[in-house]
Amino acid sequence: MDGLVQLQKQLVDYTASLFHEGFLDDQFNQLQQLQDESNPDFVVEVVTLFFEDAERLLNELTKTLGQPSTDFKKLDAHVHQLKGSSSSIGAHRVHRICISFRNSCEEQNVEGCLKNLQQVTHEYSLVKSKLETLFRMEQQILAAGG
Amino acid sequence: MEFCNCIDPQMPADDLLVKYQYISDFFIALAYFSIPLELIYFVKKSAVFPYKWVLVQFGAFIVLCGATHLINLWTFVIHSRTVAIVMTTAKVLTAVVSCATALMLVHIIPDLLSVKTRELFLKNKAAELDREMGLIRTQEETGRHVRMLTHEIRSTLHRHTILKTTLVELGRTLGLEECALWMPTRTGLELQLSYTLRQQNPVGYTVPIHLPVIDQVFSSNKAVTISHNCPVARLRPYAGKYMPGSVVAVRVPLLDLSNFQIYDWPEVSTRNYALMVLMLPSDSARQWHVHELELVEVVADQVAVALSHAAILEESMRARDQLMEQNVALDLARREAETAIRARNDFLAVMNHEMRTPMHAVIALSSLLQETDLTAEQRLMVETILKSSNLLATLINDVLDLSRLEDGSLQLEATTFNLHSLFREVLNLIKPVASVKKLSLTPHLASDLPMYAIGDENRLMQTILNVVGNAVKFSKEGCISITAFVAKPESFRDARIPDFLPVPSDSHFYLRVQVKDSGSGINPQDIPKLFTKFAQNQSLTTRNPAGSGLGLAICRRFVNLMEGHIWIESEGIGKGCTATFIVKLGIADRSNELKLPFVPKVPGNPVHGCTHFAGLKVLVMDDNGVSRTVTKGLLMHLGCDVTTASSSEECLGVVSVEHEVVFMEVCTGLDGYELAVRLHEKFTKHQDRPLMVALTGNTKRVTKENCMRVGMDGLILKPISVDKMRGVLSELLERRVLFETV
Repeated sequence: MDGLVQLQKQLVDYTASLFHEGFLDDQFNQLQQLQDESNPDFVVEVVTLFFEDAERLLNELTKTLGQPSTDFKKLDAHVHQLKGSSSSIGAHRVHRICISFRNSCEEQNVEGCLKNLQQVTHEYSLVKSKLETLFRMEQQILAAGG
Repeated sequence: MEFCNCIDPQMPADDLLVKYQYISDFFIALAYFSIPLELIYFVKKSAVFPYKWVLVQFGAFIVLCGATHLINLWTFVIHSRTVAIVMTTAKVLTAVVSCATALMLVHIIPDLLSVKTRELFLKNKAAELDREMGLIRTQEETGRHVRMLTHEIRSTLHRHTILKTTLVELGRTLGLEECALWMPTRTGLELQLSYTLRQQNPVGYTVPIHLPVIDQVFSSNKAVTISHNCPVARLRPYAGKYMPGSVVAVRVPLLDLSNFQIYDWPEVSTRNYALMVLMLPSDSARQWHVHELELVEVVADQVAVALSHAAILEESMRARDQLMEQNVALDLARREAETAIRARNDFLAVMNHEMRTPMHAVIALSSLLQETDLTAEQRLMVETILKSSNLLATLINDVLDLSRLEDGSLQLEATTFNLHSLFREVLNLIKPVASVKKLSLTPHLASDLPMYAIGDENRLMQTILNVVGNAVKFSKEGCISITAFVAKPESFRDARIPDFLPVPSDSHFYLRVQVKDSGSGINPQDIPKLFTKFAQNQSLTTRNPAGSGLGLAICRRFVNLMEGHIWIESEGIGKGCTATFIVKLGIADRSNELKLPFVPKVPGNPVHGCTHFAGLKVLVMDDNGVSRTVTKGLLMHLGCDVTTASSSEECLGVVSVEHEVVFMEVCTGLDGYELAVRLHEKFTKHQDRPLMVALTGNTKRVTKENCMRVGMDGLILKPISVDKMRGVLSELLERRVLFETV
């Protein structure tokens, strides 16, 4: 029992830290609220969907920026998608960078775009690992009987 | 002896005397004959001679005399009787004519004499006219000199040049030895030698202004001869042998700028004169002529005018320079102000985001906390935390919206809310603070106060809280009473609020709230300053360093937006103060407890699929997979039957009359708007058409306009929480329209 409480406390702390550091925002809460008996894996499903979507988009972005003449419209469209997805699950930092990425696209600033792409990739990998850790902890709690 | 008729002269013919007589007679006759000839000749020559017939008479007389004398020649010798008869005839005729002539001359000669007199008279006249001509010519010369001088003087607006030129030209025209100008000093008590003709740089001699000589000159506008011993006339070392030249002085009025009656050189208004002194050359025996004096006087007047013009010009140049400087300074100030405003806006824009993020964290975690197991006490605490943080979030929004408030672009929300519970919440929030300070709070809510009202709940709460908070802040002890009631029209005609003319109507009522405290009071003179931003009451700053001074200013703005009025009264320091405000609220026609929750409602337990929406068929159109899944999960959680579509075409294919609501993302190009139009076309009958709601993260104002333009029924902003979605759906199904304020 002690271990379970410990684990639960750890989870709460970890979640709190994620919010505090700005990785996640209120939207993530909303997602968690939607999870119930009729929909037990809702959050994991949505987040997995996000990972797939994001990875695909990041690939597209890298490819588009790799072209000799950058197609800013296409770039903007992809970033817009990523922004939408990240805001839907509450990946706050990713969302923020997407906003500034869009600005760079509007200004047609290749340098800025490259920088933004680097930032968003970095943030995405961070949030991915954090969320995976979170899910692992939840699994552990479930396994321990919580 | 022979007897003949001849007459014998008495004397023998050969006598010497007779011979002489003979010759003389001959010559007389000659002369007598030639005179008329000469007369005729000259008369013919002359054009005018009025007495021709007198001449004829005279001529006849002379001719006859001549004839007589000629005939006399024959009488010296023995002559016949015929000769004697002829002689006698001639003599008789001559006698007649000469007598006639003599008589005539008596009449003629006076006339002739008067002709002479007239001639003399005319000669005199001619001489006089000559003299006058001379005079006129001199005057004309003078006039020319004056014009020339004036021209020289007025051809420049430079004071120094004007004066120098005057002296030089006067000196030249009048042939002066020395010419000087004495100007009054700044004090007005002395005259200082400012300009001279011959000396280049006059050393500053000064002469007191109230000498009798100077007064004499100043008192008349004529040029006055002065003695050369006078201090103003001692300009040059005395170099002549006999007599220094005659000196004349004239005043030069120095006009004030505002004084320009040139036809009426005011004796009274100009007090300031300068003195011009002119000296004729010594040893020249020249005297000042009248026309020269006149010249001097005229020049003096011209100089006065020219100087005034120069002074005006200087003044206007100075004014223009000043204006330019001011302009530059103003421009700088404006640019600085603009920079400051831009800096502030940038700051606000940045802080906007920075401040909201931690707020989200607090709100999020508090709501998370609510979901966990808590004791009742803990739950209460968490609720208060949540409420306070929501209030704080609103406050942050408002402070950062202050610029929008000032633009006037802030719009109040109009939702139905519970008035009584609003007051309860305010009291709950204030009670802890009040009890710490041992202040008692006494609320009085009138019995006719409606339960529900329509208005901006958050901002009304903020206003009440601010006012009550101030009462608590500035009271050290005692009690605070809060009264709220519906204001009656009679009470509106209040002397304290003269500009406030509320119009009662059936759909609105006026809420009047009065907060009375027994605290430190306010000096009545400071009351107007209370509502100005950032102005704090000086005596209280030491006790209340935390206040920013913004509260009352914001409150007033809100109250004004609610078409109301707020004022504070106090009888003085230490006598407490009363804050009152009246706001206009809508009358809620049904006891509708629903409101758009910016504050998430506190569910006791997580609600599993609200029965409200059981089986409600909705359609979600979003091309973003993640977003679509989240929205679907949200709606399913609320119990709806959700169909999804990832494009407009798919949506149009799937949609049917059974669908009640269609949520569509409008961010991606104009697909969403296009879809709305197509849906309008598809469902011609009003009741068949599903409600079309835009669900987007795009916060631009133009989005709302576009949605309304294509005939959509609503606009909701992502991200959306469960509770918000619940509220939205309810409102949508009731009201059939819902546009969130962007």
